[in-house]
Amino acid sequence: MSANLYGDTTSSPNKDHIISVIVRDEPRVLTRITSMFARRGFNIKSLSVGTTENAGVSRMTIVVGGDDNILQQAIRQLEKLIDVIKVIDHREEKFVDRELVLVKVTITPETRVEVRHIAEDFRARIVDVGRYALMFEVTGDEGKITAFIEQMRPFGIIETMRTGRVALSRGSNADIPTQVYTGGESKSLEPVLGDVEI
Amino acid sequence: MNGAQALWQTLINHNITTVFGYPGGAVIPLYDALTGFPEMRHILVRHEQGASHAAEGWAKSTGEVGVCLATSGPGATNLVTGLADAMMDSVPIVAITGNVPRALIGTDAFQEADITGITMPITKHNYLVRSANDLPRILAEAIRLARSGRPGPVLVDIPKDVQLEAFTGEIPAPHARPEMPAPAQEAIEVALSALRKAQRPILMVGGGAMDASEEIIAFAKAWNIPVITTLMGLGIFPAGDPLWLGMPGMHGSVAANRAITNADVLVGIGLRFDDRVTGKVSRFAKNATIIHVDIDAAEISKLVHAHIPVRGDAAKAARAFTAQPTFLENKEWHAKLQEWKERYVRHPVWSAGYAIKKIVDQLSPDDVLSTDVGQHQMLAAQLARFQKPRKWLTSGGLGTMGFGFPAAIGSALGVPGVRSVVIAGDGGFQMTAQELATLTKYRIPVKIAVINNSFLGMVRQWQELFHENRYSEVWLGDSNPDFIKLADAYGIHAVRATNSEEMESAIEAWLNHDGPSLLEAVVPNEHGVFPMVPAGASLEEMVETHEEAKQKQ
Repeated sequence: MSANLYGDTTSSPNKDHIISVIVRDEPRVLTRITSMFARRGFNIKSLSVGTTENAGVSRMTIVVGGDDNILQQAIRQLEKLIDVIKVIDHREEKFVDRELVLVKVTITPETRVEVRHIAEDFRARIVDVGRYALMFEVTGDEGKITAFIEQMRPFGIIETMRTGRVALSRGSNADIPTQVYTGGESKSLEPVLGDVEI
Repeated sequence: MNGAQALWQTLINHNITTVFGYPGGAVIPLYDALTGFPEMRHILVRHEQGASHAAEGWAKSTGEVGVCLATSGPGATNLVTGLADAMMDSVPIVAITGNVPRALIGTDAFQEADITGITMPITKHNYLVRSANDLPRILAEAIRLARSGRPGPVLVDIPKDVQLEAFTGEIPAPHARPEMPAPAQEAIEVALSALRKAQRPILMVGGGAMDASEEIIAFAKAWNIPVITTLMGLGIFPAGDPLWLGMPGMHGSVAANRAITNADVLVGIGLRFDDRVTGKVSRFAKNATIIHVDIDAAEISKLVHAHIPVRGDAAKAARAFTAQPTFLENKEWHAKLQEWKERYVRHPVWSAGYAIKKIVDQLSPDDVLSTDVGQHQMLAAQLARFQKPRKWLTSGGLGTMGFGFPAAIGSALGVPGVRSVVIAGDGGFQMTAQELATLTKYRIPVKIAVINNSFLGMVRQWQELFHENRYSEVWLGDSNPDFIKLADAYGIHAVRATNSEEMESAIEAWLNHDGPSLLEAVVPNEHGVFPMVPAGASLEEMVETHEEAKQKQ
């Protein structure tokens, strides 16, 4: 029985996969990435984009919904895009992921203290104080944020804004060596992937 | 030097000296600069779609990058079909479009279209050039990109004021030809060990193996493996060779489709398992260990699960497979295949199939044959006997009616001295028939055959088989032009054949005419293309005759 490049992918369950995409900071790069997902019917559950320590290079964290086949196709199709420098599949190694959320909660004189106590338990910061509302900033993994929102829900959530997840691999190595960033010419001119592993 | 001049100089430095184009407001500076480059040949087409297909025909027949040029807005959007076609069939073309001046971009200016946005999903990559100094570098990268790895279309959009801006840099030397990745030796070893045990092996090659013909032939012969060539792969392995089984899929041969279903090892090289090839995917080659060689990692296990993936260049992979061959006798398998090979469709004496057979029988192995899309395309694919690669130009992935004729123009100019013949239907020919003017203008000796059955024949066939003969909007007979007069109006020699006797002499008059000429074969309209795998069915459910198809309904 021969090994398969993608592992056994025939009947994997649908779940969320977190990947990082290092891209050239060119006009329309966000459209190129998202339109590839749209055209192929892949589901983006969360997307956050930011610049990196290197000029001209941006980093995206994308949460892809679907089975393993979809994840693999999404990664391979991303790797084909000329503006994509590298795709990191975070299943491959340990990583840290965080999300930031702003939550505006209704308060009354009776609930004010309790709401603040719960927020302290979650290490949520109060970033705005109003007569009838408090705004909290919470950072953490998805579970923590969801739990915080659930705790606040009975008091009356006015609105929330979540940034979407961001992720970095653990350890002292960068996901991508610095020299790859420089040199001007696009990485389109290099092979998309190394040789297959069997 | 301005941006426009830098563009022409860059193309010339890349040895690109033919461009198919159509002028317009946003590219006037390019056309103005063109007058200073006599070594550049510009072919004035009559519709930008013709330019893009001609560039494809150039690229498919020569293996080199084809270039087309259009103005902003409507000119650019008219290229879209050709770009999508090139994307699907992995054809290396570079499309150059003008755009409104930078200051007007995004203002809904006259003849403005966001062509980089529009073509994003149908190009390998596209560029909006923001400064004349970037232009040669971007163009050089676009040319390299078009032909690197899995080839494809690249678009370079140049605002009018960038064309006029001063260029102060140096025009870069062309990039070295990209090295194609060799497959990993481990992957080859795994594949070879599976192959050595094969009792019923087959080799399937697609358009991605176009430049690996020699290696594929050596591989198949050294191992004694029967070969199937897909629609895009026709000619990679010589038709008529005892090992050749024909084309697979919807209108493939009985031998090819039965072989796929019964194979125990299937080696696929440079193909992407299109649904027209596989039929119902879950039942495709269900008994086989699939070894899939492709340069594009995203194609491996995209549709058909590859048990043994081999990522790399087709020629290098085939060479690696041939390095340690094991002659696979498998007499029973070959006998079975031979039996299936005997089963092919005989065409009635006067029919589209008959007319096409008569035409393809007159072609030499060096002639380039283009087709449009539809029944005539499938019949030509079934009946022509290609001995060499790059002799068959057809729109496989996108299935573009109107492709054949301008593609034939591209090939006639790309490989001068080689006869360029196009077989088209009465429907498709009219989609780009205005390129007759291009033939006349440059006396391009394309030989056009219009197989006129007065119908959109393939749609009619489907309506007949799957929609109870409700021939909705497919009858063209009441409004087709007189094709002889149409050719005549453009100053092109034309002959007509309405029966088998006339066909012989008409073909002779048509092919022997010095210069472009058109043959109209008026054929009965009721014939379908068989064998056929009904849409959504598996290859095993292939039907071989019209009666069988009706019965199954």
